Amino acid sequence: MTEPIIQMKNIEKHFGSVIALAGVSVDVYPGECHCLLGDNGAGKSTFIKTMSGVHQPTHGEIYFEGKPLHFADPRDAISAGIATVHQHLAMIPLMSVSRNFFMGNEPIKKIGPMNFFDHDYANRVTMEEMRKMGINLRGPDQAVGTLSGGERQTVAIARAVHFGAKVLILDEPTSALGVRQTANVLATIDKVRKQGIAVVFITHNVRHALAVGDQFTVLNRGKTLGTAKRGEITPDELQDLMAGGQEMAQLEGSLGGTV
Amino acid sequence: MSDATTSGVDERIKQQSRLRRALIRPELGGICGTIIVFLLFLLFASDSGMFAAQGIMNWSIVSAQFMIIAVGACLLMIAGEFDLSVGSMIGFAGMMIAVFGVVLAWPMWIAILITFALCLALGALNGWIVIKTGLPSFIVTLAFLFILRGFTIYIPQTIERKTIIGGIRDAAEGDWLAPFFGAKIGQPIFQWLGDIGVIETFQRGTRAGQPVIEGIPMLVVWALLLIIVGHLLLTRTRFGNWIFASGGDAEAARNSGVPVNKVKISMFMFTAFCATVFAVCQVMEFGSAGADRGLLKEFEAIIAVVIGGALLTGGYGSVIGAALGALIFGVVQQGLFFAGVESSLFRVFLGLILLGAVILNTYIRRIITGER
Ligand SMILES: Nc1ncnc2c1ncn2[C@@H]1O[C@H](COP(=O)(O)OP(=O)(O)O)[C@@H](O)[C@H]1O
Ligand SMILES: [Mg+2]
Repeated sequence: MTEPIIQMKNIEKHFGSVIALAGVSVDVYPGECHCLLGDNGAGKSTFIKTMSGVHQPTHGEIYFEGKPLHFADPRDAISAGIATVHQHLAMIPLMSVSRNFFMGNEPIKKIGPMNFFDHDYANRVTMEEMRKMGINLRGPDQAVGTLSGGERQTVAIARAVHFGAKVLILDEPTSALGVRQTANVLATIDKVRKQGIAVVFITHNVRHALAVGDQFTVLNRGKTLGTAKRGEITPDELQDLMAGGQEMAQLEGSLGGTV
Repeated sequence: MSDATTSGVDERIKQQSRLRRALIRPELGGICGTIIVFLLFLLFASDSGMFAAQGIMNWSIVSAQFMIIAVGACLLMIAGEFDLSVGSMIGFAGMMIAVFGVVLAWPMWIAILITFALCLALGALNGWIVIKTGLPSFIVTLAFLFILRGFTIYIPQTIERKTIIGGIRDAAEGDWLAPFFGAKIGQPIFQWLGDIGVIETFQRGTRAGQPVIEGIPMLVVWALLLIIVGHLLLTRTRFGNWIFASGGDAEAARNSGVPVNKVKISMFMFTAFCATVFAVCQVMEFGSAGADRGLLKEFEAIIAVVIGGALLTGGYGSVIGAALGALIFGVVQQGLFFAGVESSLFRVFLGLILLGAVILNTYIRRIITGER
């Protein structure tokens, strides 16, 4: 198998007296979808925030393409190629799709000594990328607020891919969506993975995870019970793990003995 | 939000109703309001002298004053914050000019530059406190409203035993920087317009033969300049996108790598800059600084911005809209005066139009966001 693009080793994160993560290790490979499962409050969001530079881990190391790495803020992670679509806060509803698409990455056109936002370029690229993802916008200046939840997730994903993400982190992209919209987002994840991008997909829905996942890691109260590969674990086993690991003993084998 | 053309992208764009598109522009309220206000005054007050050269200059200057502070308040509001200390900052800046330039008798250009530096620093402090404490800017700048006003009264009373310091015009005589705020431009044009009879000239007295309008005050030039720069900054630059993003959702903007704190603090500084420009123009015109200058200006600025279509919650608005809001403000205030209407009715009008604007904006916001 290829080398992992990101290795998270024994990550701990404390918020004051709250231990949100108590030593979690995960390897993420290019071209694979790594599902992170767990109940609410398990620490999934906190974990990926240490990956994307929002939080600095209290303990533990992050290796990116084999080298140790420290992100001071999200900008560092973004420029390294780690793009994150956060749980609630991916898009700004009042802004147009094209302004959202290029938020933080605005294309520049020089006029004399002045730098201007290149709206023509931004609008053209936005329409193109949206069409590739199967979304027909009324226009690039359509406000994101008028898009459905699934379309917003797709805009966010398309944006990440366009800006050359090597790792795409999706925090519960399907949790607020209907059936058809969920199917669209899952199809998008599949498309992205096939382009060789590593996808980290957070969900607490086992069926969504099994639909696209290559590897599965379950978090429980800030701890991981190990990682299983596709085909090594049944839906029922995964469900039990999420529910609190009553069947842990039986699962030891399939999880590679890391329990 | 952008009006850039999207040639040949998708045939569906053309099907979108132009009316609906025009409806969701933030300037809509401002444009309609301006047309209505001008129509009303043309109909009912056209013989009052309001639309003669002198009348036009009168409401232009008043509108320009509103515009200068509205541009600052507008960008700050779009970035998601308020500044209630604008009025006190105007009084404070004017008083500092008088203290440095008259009491301490420093050269006027030094007094002006130091006042700008001081006020920008105060703006930055406002912003820094808001960012660091996470308190609403409403409260933080309310504190500064009182602090700055207090100093503005205390300082001249302590050193001069009065609340008005005059002599600024004399102190500014021959200075190179002061004319950028106090001078009038275009005199030859107005002289020529007077000579050919387009505008009236004085018939008697020492100024006989001179046109009734001397020239365009720098105040008006500053207003236009700030509007143009503010509009371009907001709609045509990367920084403008960051302003929208910071006010639309600071957390989402941060996650996308937008330096939200930097954006907000610079907008507080820009608001302070606008207030200082206002103050310097005012003391140059009056020749004095008074402790009560700028009273209630922060609210007038915010009202102009809201009439101009900005949302109080941030993330949406337009500099052009705010400028039109300020124009409506100035035209109505002076127009009622020209028309001989009791001036207290202006406040009634103000309250009504503010209410109308906020309701309209909320409705427009529903259309944009599909409402939830
Ligand atoms: N910024 C924070 N400050 C304090 N506690 C936090 C913070 N972020 C998360 N937590 C706590 O960490 C735990 C894990 O939260 P989170 O990672 O959001 O869980 P999940 O995404 O799996 O639902 C929760 O108990 C939460 O209250
Ligand atoms: Mg979460």
